[in-house]
Amino acid sequence: MTQGLIDPPKSSISGSAVRRGDQIFRGITVGSGLLILLVMTSIGIFLTWKALPSFSHNSSNFFTESQWFPDQDTPIFGIAALAFGTFVAAIIAMLLAMPTGIGTSLFITFYAPKKLAGVMAFFIDLLAAVPSIIFGLWGLQFLMPHSEGVARWLDRYLGFIPIFQNRTDLYTKSLLIAGIVLAIMILPTISAISREVFNQVPRSHVEAALALGATRWEMVRMAVLPFGRPGIISASMLGLGRALGETIAVALILSAVFEVNPHITEPGGNTFAANIALKWNEAGPNGLSALIASGLVLFLITLGVNSVARGIIARRKDFSGAQ
Amino acid sequence: MKITRIAIATVAIATTLSLTACGSDNNASSSASAPAGGVTGALKASGSSAQKNAMAEWVNAFQTANPGATIDYQANGSGAGVQDFINAQTDFAGSDSALKPEEVAGAAARCAGNNAIDIPMVGGAIALAYNIDGVDSLVLDPKTTAGIFTGKITKWNDPAIAALNAGVALPAATIASFHRSDSSGTTDNFTKWLIATTPDTYTLAGGKDWVAPGGQGAKGSDGVASSVASTKNSIGYMELSFVQTQNLKAAKIDNGGGAVEATSDAAAKTIAAATVKGTGNDLALNIDRTVADGASYPIVLVTYEITCEKGLDAAQAALVKSFLTYTSSDEAQGALSGAGYVPITGDLLTKVRASVAAIS
Repeated sequence: MTQGLIDPPKSSISGSAVRRGDQIFRGITVGSGLLILLVMTSIGIFLTWKALPSFSHNSSNFFTESQWFPDQDTPIFGIAALAFGTFVAAIIAMLLAMPTGIGTSLFITFYAPKKLAGVMAFFIDLLAAVPSIIFGLWGLQFLMPHSEGVARWLDRYLGFIPIFQNRTDLYTKSLLIAGIVLAIMILPTISAISREVFNQVPRSHVEAALALGATRWEMVRMAVLPFGRPGIISASMLGLGRALGETIAVALILSAVFEVNPHITEPGGNTFAANIALKWNEAGPNGLSALIASGLVLFLITLGVNSVARGIIARRKDFSGAQ
Repeated sequence: MKITRIAIATVAIATTLSLTACGSDNNASSSASAPAGGVTGALKASGSSAQKNAMAEWVNAFQTANPGATIDYQANGSGAGVQDFINAQTDFAGSDSALKPEEVAGAAARCAGNNAIDIPMVGGAIALAYNIDGVDSLVLDPKTTAGIFTGKITKWNDPAIAALNAGVALPAATIASFHRSDSSGTTDNFTKWLIATTPDTYTLAGGKDWVAPGGQGAKGSDGVASSVASTKNSIGYMELSFVQTQNLKAAKIDNGGGAVEATSDAAAKTIAAATVKGTGNDLALNIDRTVADGASYPIVLVTYEITCEKGLDAAQAALVKSFLTYTSSDEAQGALSGAGYVPITGDLLTKVRASVAAIS
């Protein structure tokens, strides 16, 4: 297409045609690229190195134990409860944020009048700029007291499903509320990326669908969603990555209990990142090492999630625009 | 390009994690060249967040009186404070427990072979703040407290609570108990009181992490206080000052000799009666939490300043001594109760001053 036009013509002048600016600029870009790799590798090495001592001192299975007593005489600690809480909170967040985020971006790209679309896009991007401590405080002080009714309703009418059952008569500080706050936090990520993907749906596809007599919903279903699917998936995966790693907002909200409790409306739950934030200051030497070990697991999980997202984008890169 | 941005953000989060991890390496000790005996120079200290506000007030007053001196107290937690001190990154540590046996060797090495000493400096009271409509006065004893916080007593009108509160209309509501979700010396001292007074009811382990089943965790005393304030029929343990800032009501504690209100004065009596278990100038304390004289408030905590008796740089030793002489003065200790803390009083204060005087 336009590629040929900007290709420089072959130089007929012999000798060094490389300018100093080119060399410097190339050096800077290569250096920046390598730096990222270096940082990632050194984080991985650092975490592994610092985590190793705790493994040899653990008198329990690191992956199946749910208690966390790394500093007692016979250390017992494991990530079962942390992994469970991390994933449950993230899954709740995904279930709420995915439909909302995709719906928002469909509205902005195909339904909203142009002016409103601009304003809405701006505000959703702004949501991404709110610091997580603010989300945490808002969740704790405002959302939690006001969402008690939702949890009570779930317990009363859907309590026959074990996950909604509440045996404590207490409806605050639960994984459900943490999940709701996380959903709001990852909404801009999901919405922004899927909006970009929807914007790239070829105009011709959209117009062809409409010309064939499709309603707007049919057009979205036939032309937009199939085209945008890889983008939606990778957007969600990146949102998931953020939800898994969110620290302070979750630390403020959750009750931090070290047990695998599937009743999501009851107080309880704990996540990798929140546990590190809560225990770090008062941890002894083995406690610090154990916390880093849990951090390493989280690091590998988020690395995995992001790799999968990248993989999906790469497979369909002609469409996603994330080249 | 959004993708890359978020990938970078992920790296940034991970980097922050690793930076936090090695953060303690960055506090290189300053080697101020102040003349010995003068009150100029720079001190670095870190540790207990329980004494943060007291320290802030004292540092402020001390620096105003001695414009040449700067004191930097980082409230990064007792455990981290002791580690910083042992690694010679700070000149003294603030800690809510005396040096543990396994820390003594490291501390001695940091002090060039001399003893590190624990000097009690800031006392605190742990109050049981509650939020029940229409209940202005509540009495609890160790057994009922243990029952509430371990989930054995679940309603406010439980006969055990009613027996202690004749004439008080207690609601038939479920008790929402709040504890600390982060590791904390407050939890440690609260459970120490339960273990000392009612070992049959509270059979769990003590320590800085809350282990009892049930209840809800909140981060920090401020988190517990705001949770109690915003939740009806709730109760939580917290440092006394947070009861005042959130306008909560604190339960009176009856150790067996009559109900005692949670006040700075009543707590000071318990701390003053503590016996010294340390040797020489080391003033590690044994607090009698079973005290039942009807006038001493039994749920207290003491934070220590831990420093070298001998073995600091001459200039640093002089500055530490000068600062701790000020903090153990009547003026400095007198300012504590206004800030929600508990002063060290009586014979114990005399011993504290003798220990400070021995620093060289």
